[in-house]
Amino acid sequence: MNSFIMSVLQQSLIFSITVMGIYITYKILKFADLSADGSFTLGASVSAILITRGVSPIVSLGISMLAGALAGLATGILNVKLKIQDILSSILVMVGLYSINLRIMEGKANLPLFNHKSLFTDKNPLFVLSIITLICAMFFTLFFKTKLGYLLKGIGDNENMITSLGINIGSIKIFALSLSNSFIALSGGIMAQYQGFSDINMGTGTMIMGLASIIIGYSIFKRIGFLNSSIICIVGTLLYRTSIALSLRAGFNPSDLKLISSILVVIVLSIGNSKELFINRRNQSLRKKKLKNSTTLREAGGGNA
Amino acid sequence: MLKLNQVSKTFNKDSINEQKVFNNFSMDIEKDDFICVLGSNGAGKSTLLNIISGKVKVDDGDIILNNVDVTEDTEYEKCKRISRIFQDPSLGTNPSMTIYENLSMAKNKGSRFGLSFLIDRKDEGYFKELLKTLHLGLEDKLHTPVSQLSGGQRQSLALIMAVIGKPDLLLLDEHTAALDPKTSEIVMNITDNIVKEKGLTTIMVTHNVDQAIRYGNRLIMLHRGNKIIDVSGEKKNSLTKERLLELFKDMDDKSLFS
Ligand SMILES: Nc1ncnc2c1ncn2[C@@H]1O[C@H](COP(=O)(O)OP(=O)(O)OP(=O)(O)O)[C@@H](O)[C@H]1O
Ligand SMILES: [Mg+2]
Repeated sequence: MNSFIMSVLQQSLIFSITVMGIYITYKILKFADLSADGSFTLGASVSAILITRGVSPIVSLGISMLAGALAGLATGILNVKLKIQDILSSILVMVGLYSINLRIMEGKANLPLFNHKSLFTDKNPLFVLSIITLICAMFFTLFFKTKLGYLLKGIGDNENMITSLGINIGSIKIFALSLSNSFIALSGGIMAQYQGFSDINMGTGTMIMGLASIIIGYSIFKRIGFLNSSIICIVGTLLYRTSIALSLRAGFNPSDLKLISSILVVIVLSIGNSKELFINRRNQSLRKKKLKNSTTLREAGGGNA
Repeated sequence: MLKLNQVSKTFNKDSINEQKVFNNFSMDIEKDDFICVLGSNGAGKSTLLNIISGKVKVDDGDIILNNVDVTEDTEYEKCKRISRIFQDPSLGTNPSMTIYENLSMAKNKGSRFGLSFLIDRKDEGYFKELLKTLHLGLEDKLHTPVSQLSGGQRQSLALIMAVIGKPDLLLLDEHTAALDPKTSEIVMNITDNIVKEKGLTTIMVTHNVDQAIRYGNRLIMLHRGNKIIDVSGEKKNSLTKERLLELFKDMDDKSLFS
């Protein structure tokens, strides 16, 4: 296979795990968690430093996930216990993570792994990545069929209803944030091993990428009407990464990439929003009609105090 | 079984929007009571139910449930033993989930929400049977997302969900107000049947005087956070609409002069 397509495909598989993590907060929990940029790098730096210390690559990923879960826990506690707004909680965590990540990498902005064994040593990267992403996608799909998974969906949907079930939604939120960020950190750890180094800035733009991928994936699968969330994440990421890679090929500088991805997100969002705007208008007029009908009915019904 | 002791509640205290809803309000609810609560808009009916279910915290006073002081309990802790239907139809169900999923969630109330699968195919027959009692055809829409149901259909589903377990206390806030007269009648009948069958202690808020007279063993009229009428037993059974309106008129005149 063409090496261009190959590298896009492989990177997409890695990023799609991040996107699944972001999907949990953004789409399911409806919680604005912007800490992804920080937890992606956190996963990368934890895995990288452990590998340079001789820890096995797989074990290092497990510890990356734990670190990610802690980052999610921090956002959750700020939001649930200290009642700080969701966006602000996650930004605070993201900012704090920058310093923590630097400390983890012992003050170095870049930590090379070239002389160490990684997940990909002597193996076909596409094969390894396919297996990992498949496992994540299966876990993701199965998890949202469990009772706990439904609680997460329910909280994003109608918190009142979940409280009525006698459930403490605060602790479920904290759990969901931990789960989401452990996915993101796992993805960061894999990326560090894949590219052979960890960099303090490698997480920049992760959040935007995640949102764009989800929105692209959604706008496509909505048409087809087939909604397996993990597939939405994987295909969305693939399309997003492809369009970014193509614009690089078209002659843009790598330094233009950030602008290109921003513009891409704006385009996709505005297409999505103009559709939503249309649907909202229609719903609004429907709602007004309904209101009118119910009042006339009640008046006609009579006998009410 | 439930005691409200000198409960006070003021919204937006110390602001120009200050709204004193209850001032030293007390009420005793016996086990197996089926109480209908009447009252004009803003009388405090929803607030009363919200105080009981913990959604609204009281400023003062105690709430005693089964001889345990639950005043400081959080909403979700109280909800473990209480089921409720809100006045707003969108609050009682999960719109993006199907009827089947909503019923499955409700059925699991009181058990652990762990890592076992929620959906159990074996429940289908049971759910269909429950929904059939509503005569709304919902049994054929088991896999329809609740967002596609009407407000009335949602409230009816919420009723089935609220009583699928056996709550110690059932709180109904105008749960038939969004329904057409015929469906309202049906749902009221079902409510009455379920309450009797399961022996549920129930508080039902309604604006429908006929319903309040016909159902339940006790009737309370709230006015500006006070019980101005509280009748039960024989007195409640012999109550007529005319008599009730008369009582209300007397009270209203009195409160005008006091
Ligand atoms: N969350 C709140 N914040 C501020 N004021 C509130 C709040 N909830 C209720 N109130 C006020 O408390 C008073 C009682 O409201 P409540 O909703 O209990 O009335 P109600 O008897 O249920 O009326 P309705 O028949 O219209 O449903 C009203 O004056 C209302 O404005
Ligand atoms: Mg009300």
